[in-house]
Amino acid sequence: MKRRAGILKRVWMLTGLITLLVMAAWAQKNPSVKTIELPADNPTAKLKPGPGADTTELNCMGCHSTDYIVRQPGADAEHWQAEVTKMIKVFGASISDEDAKVIVNYLATAYGPAPPKASAGKTARPGAAPTKTKSRPSRQP
Amino acid sequence: MDSSRFATRYNRRRFLRTLGSGAALAGADLFLPRALAAESDPIFAGRPLVRYPEKTDLILLTSRPPQLETPMRYFERAITPNDAFYVRYHLSGVPTQVDLATWRLRVGGHVERPLELSLEDLKKKFPPARLVAVNQCSGNSRGRFEPRVFGGQWGDGAMGNAEWVGVSLRDILNMAGMKSGAVDVTFNGLDEPPAPTVPDFVKPLNVATLMDNPDVLVAYQMNGAPLPMLNGFPARLVVPGWYATYWVKHLSEITVLDREFDGFWIKTAYRIPDTPCGCVEPGTKPARTVPIHRMNVRSFLVVPKSGTRVAAGRATTLKGIAFDGGYGIAQVEVSSDGGGTWRRAELGEDLGRFSFREWSARWTPARPGKYRLMVRATNRVGESQPFDPLWNPAGHLRNVIERIEVTAE
Repeated sequence: MKRRAGILKRVWMLTGLITLLVMAAWAQKNPSVKTIELPADNPTAKLKPGPGADTTELNCMGCHSTDYIVRQPGADAEHWQAEVTKMIKVFGASISDEDAKVIVNYLATAYGPAPPKASAGKTARPGAAPTKTKSRPSRQP
Repeated sequence: MDSSRFATRYNRRRFLRTLGSGAALAGADLFLPRALAAESDPIFAGRPLVRYPEKTDLILLTSRPPQLETPMRYFERAITPNDAFYVRYHLSGVPTQVDLATWRLRVGGHVERPLELSLEDLKKKFPPARLVAVNQCSGNSRGRFEPRVFGGQWGDGAMGNAEWVGVSLRDILNMAGMKSGAVDVTFNGLDEPPAPTVPDFVKPLNVATLMDNPDVLVAYQMNGAPLPMLNGFPARLVVPGWYATYWVKHLSEITVLDREFDGFWIKTAYRIPDTPCGCVEPGTKPARTVPIHRMNVRSFLVVPKSGTRVAAGRATTLKGIAFDGGYGIAQVEVSSDGGGTWRRAELGEDLGRFSFREWSARWTPARPGKYRLMVRATNRVGESQPFDPLWNPAGHLRNVIERIEVTAE
């Protein structure tokens, strides 16, 4: 019985190996086709929980992953409003007026301006400096 | 370019590529954030190392569309391996499959003879042109802007240097025969917008600029190998000395226009203040803007890393790279006293005026203590780097003199 299980295991391994070889051979036979598979969205860049998080995710994720949001410097409602307006006016995102309000409120709360810091440290390289100073991000077209 | 010298460099790369294709078979499991980027630099906080198809571990900025950053240690050498080369897309319609049997580069518009060129045509109907050139994102180091700005929060790894082989764009345009009155040439790739309302990524170059410059290439080879998919397989535009926004990937359409192109990605995006420095008073808006184009001078101190401890009274080797927008690097200097005094570093091999130039310098810290090491480069027309960072609202053109802290003990 034990011996039979061992044989079965080997058969399965062999089958797997053959499958891999067949796939490799297929790729060799179709050298004109190049294919890649892209991974899923970054699971470590989830939006912070809070009122409006669902609406934000629903509206934004049609075009880009949420790391496009969570990696931005914190900003006030005015700046986030400008960003949401750009997505609607420039990129044609179909976001309702009602949803846009919810999204801006959420972003300005969950990703609001960083608290002011004591000194700016003009010559310190950010790579060596422990923290960043207060930010008021400007818009990028 | 001596091909045998490159051949040895590629051996390691081939090995890594083989490993990479094994990973590709694993398919959807590719996204296993391996630990957070093991960098002491706080700009990488929260950003995992990831392995995408044909790529080694890179620092994730965004996943869809993908933006992946090259770790600084790769810039100890002038040539950036293909699998470590950074990735940047604008639109989430990233091509994941290309069939060379049907892929064609179409050349049309204001021309006498529209063309449809296969990859074989590019290789056989034109003499190959090769050069080594830096590809740097316009917003490289944007994450270091202060006051901070919106946009991709890159560290310094949105750049790379490779040997490109392809066809001079001028030869292609001559074969198609531009009609008189041609003004702009536009470049479009296979990447697509996620919705029809999103402007497709199309970039123009001025006809006069192009016909003066044989170095603009349609490249089908990168460091001796086909381009990785995520760097623009099967062919991309190479615009040496200019920021990467013009280096259109997966190139599929070249269109000659009898007017100026006014698409979103030139008219609204990728613009810099119309001032001599491309900068404005931090936090203010420029009165007028122009499209970004030629790269400014930069240099990096890669070895030792910031925060390293070195032995007092013993010589340490400082190493890194320098580059500019195509005049070539004339000198690199280092300072160990916060910019008070400077001395010349030794330049490495010259791989051409568009390439990274390796540099090195010996430095002996006399006494134990903290030292601020700085590096600055000057190009052949005397352009150098500012002591304090210059600022613009889009976070482009950063080229401040870089500095690191080391402790001698």
